[in-house]
Amino acid sequence: MILSPHIKTSKSIQQPSNSTQPNKANMADLNESIEESQENNNLPKVFLHGPPEFSFILQPNPSHNFHILNPSSLPPLHQFLSLNPHHASSIAAIVCTGGYTVNADVLQLLPALRLVCTPSAGTDHIDLSECRRRGIQVAGAGNLFSEDVADMAVALLIDVSRKISAADRFLRRQVQNVSWNFPLGSKLTGKKIGIVGMGRIGSEVAKRLEAFSCMISYNSRNKKPLVSYPYYSTVLELATDTNVLILCCDLNDQTRHIVNKEVMLALGKGGIIVNVGRGALIDEKELLKCLIEDEIGGAGLDVFENEPHVPKDFFSLDNVVLSPHAAVVTSESLMGIRQIVEQNLTAFFSNKAPITPVI
Amino acid sequence: MESIDVLLVAQVLPYLEQELSKRYNLFRICDYPQKSQFLTQHGALIRAVVGNGSCGADSELIDALPNLEIVSSFSVGVDKIDLNKCKEKGICVTNTPDVLTDDVADLAIGLMLTLLRRICECDRFVRSGDWKHGDYKLTTKFSGKTVGIIGLGRIGTAIAKRAEGFNCSICYYSRTQKQEPKYKYYPNVVELASNCDILVVACSLTDETHHIINREVINALGPKGFLINIGRGKHVDEPELVSALLEGRLGGAGLDVFENEPHVPEELFGLENVVLLPHVGSGTVETRTAMADLVLGNLEAHFLGKPLLTPLV
Repeated sequence: MILSPHIKTSKSIQQPSNSTQPNKANMADLNESIEESQENNNLPKVFLHGPPEFSFILQPNPSHNFHILNPSSLPPLHQFLSLNPHHASSIAAIVCTGGYTVNADVLQLLPALRLVCTPSAGTDHIDLSECRRRGIQVAGAGNLFSEDVADMAVALLIDVSRKISAADRFLRRQVQNVSWNFPLGSKLTGKKIGIVGMGRIGSEVAKRLEAFSCMISYNSRNKKPLVSYPYYSTVLELATDTNVLILCCDLNDQTRHIVNKEVMLALGKGGIIVNVGRGALIDEKELLKCLIEDEIGGAGLDVFENEPHVPKDFFSLDNVVLSPHAAVVTSESLMGIRQIVEQNLTAFFSNKAPITPVI
Repeated sequence: MESIDVLLVAQVLPYLEQELSKRYNLFRICDYPQKSQFLTQHGALIRAVVGNGSCGADSELIDALPNLEIVSSFSVGVDKIDLNKCKEKGICVTNTPDVLTDDVADLAIGLMLTLLRRICECDRFVRSGDWKHGDYKLTTKFSGKTVGIIGLGRIGTAIAKRAEGFNCSICYYSRTQKQEPKYKYYPNVVELASNCDILVVACSLTDETHHIINREVINALGPKGFLINIGRGKHVDEPELVSALLEGRLGGAGLDVFENEPHVPEELFGLENVVLLPHVGSGTVETRTAMADLVLGNLEAHFLGKPLLTPLV
């Protein structure tokens, strides 16, 4: 789900020498390194909010116009603040990974916070309205991940339509030299595609599928004046008129389970659902039922309601393709996101606007 | 129409087989384990052969059917038909161009995406429960890569158009340079392979293009390069491909076709940087039905003395 575990295998990136879980033995080290950091008193303070491996995201550099409080050992925020209460009122920015919540409770602990920097495609882990209320800016990943996520959406769609993963599985299990008898797939070119969420990712998906002569229409919170594709005000209407639904929208109170049983039945037998948004956009139990009962044709899923737990019943289905929340996990995105975080912090602390603002 | 004897030499869509049965006196070669006996007894009656991409009409078969008038192939590839002999004897040959172009191009892009992004491996990773113990590793971005196409015909052009939607740069090699200023032409395959990230074979199989992907081309493509074959297995020197993959001299391969189908080199089964498909390029209900209609339409036209729909050009 996050890029950080992969830093260990990436040759091009320097590793901090010790990325270990904080424990009693290195509490002393923690205090020592905090004392050293007093020398950088004048620079605004940045805290890395994530698991130990998240230290990959930003490495100390003398040219920085900010100071990272916890560059190599990443204690949980609560633990860090209880050991260093004076820092509570000095942390000006946090870099937080997807899955590490930044809600009112967290913001309460950081009265001096002015910027939240999140190197993830989604922002559902951040209470954006609370940040807005407190005048805290939020910077995201901008367009960095859009291409990789769009590529994943199209990959899943082609795979489900043409049964690529199922066919590869079939061939590797096949007894040699027996004639191949593999079921036919369904044609993708020219299909009617309904995109739910026409933001950066939705637009990149649309652009790719237009090259397959697909007919694009969409649903979004509001009609986009600069978008020429037909707009549908509800996902239900969109599903009724299309063969494929691709979910590219944010997860929030309005979009939870936006794809429910009614929508799936409207999409119909032979219909395909692709989800590169968040698992909870779909009623997962209902999806499983519809797939098993052939009410819809198939599904390509990169996200699930309770990752990394995927209901076992999916595993025996040949009309689904399952992906471990890997839409942004490419070498190219890894290199790019570290650059973006650094650029956002540098700009912000030079009194400029963040490069990739979310709000 | 009088009863016309048609010989079906390959497995085809059930719909096609049913229609052939209804319209003609259909013989299925697979019903006759003693093929030569059948040909001796019935060969002279056969006026049409229906085959597919894997099994057509070779010299031996044509010789055994003295009254053969037409070979109608349920495929666009005709490398399994002895075209010279057909020409000599005035036997018409038809295939199924255009109707399968989109499906094959869709599959080519599908192979590129599933190979670079390790979609099949990721799917296995989730189904095995491994995701509970950690994330899958880094994969390779597809958008923006340089795609090299061998053969810029109908299928090659359709692949290029789709790849452009992903901001890919397109370069190509073909027998003659095309009027296509957007795409860079290379005069030979080794140079093309040296200058692209993903090399896709989209030309027809002829004597000239047999093993067009050889050791030199594979080495030029290199450990960060990827090969996609949606043409014919014999376009690729398969043992060379296998050793390159095992030795890490090639980044990966997406293969819909093999030299000796249905045989697949076993060494490939243990690799995670390959995607292997059982020749499904045109394998959709919509396209196989359209192909079947072309076969039927061509036969009908021929026996009514009308112009053929898709004679081989």
